[in-house]
Amino acid sequence: MTPREIAVLLLAAGGVFFAVVAAIGLLRFPDVYTRAHSASKSDTLGAVLTLAAVALAFDAGLARVKTVLLVVFMFLTNPTAAHAIARAAADRGIEPWTTEDDE
Amino acid sequence: MIAQILLGTAAAFLVVSLAGVYRIVTGPTAPDRVIAINLVGSNVVIVIAAIAAAIGEPGALDIALVYALLNFVLSIAISKFAVERGGFL
Repeated sequence: MTPREIAVLLLAAGGVFFAVVAAIGLLRFPDVYTRAHSASKSDTLGAVLTLAAVALAFDAGLARVKTVLLVVFMFLTNPTAAHAIARAAADRGIEPWTTEDDE
Repeated sequence: MIAQILLGTAAAFLVVSLAGVYRIVTGPTAPDRVIAINLVGSNVVIVIAAIAAAIGEPGALDIALVYALLNFVLSIAISKFAVERGGFL
């Protein structure tokens, strides 16, 4: 394997790992705020790692520039969207989960 | 070799998106569903980019960029208008 293939493999494996972490959080966490936490942070990191692998897989040029733009864009917008949704949930009066709710 | 790695990554992201689909179907509240839709949308962006690199089609990256933009606008719009006279932004 060439060094580039090893780098792509490592970055893609890290991205898949964080995406799986985000999915487990989305399935297992008890309320909307904890799910937003898992979905925004873990999934953003997984997306950035995987898109870095994609940028490395392309030959240098316009395609790599577009992929780096995609990385920057997802890094900015994903947490912003999760924040807006969580704030809308708070405005609608959804109560956060506490340990007293645990059965 | 790189193409196989990227196709495997795209397949893994598709499987991971099934968790988001489960949350969309059974989510108790509307914000749960919006968060899951946001996650599935960003996974779709990654799948498009990975397949574009795997089959050597850089033009598909434009589709991924537009999809990411629409995903963001969708989340902001839904969270804005799901609230009564939403003024939280």
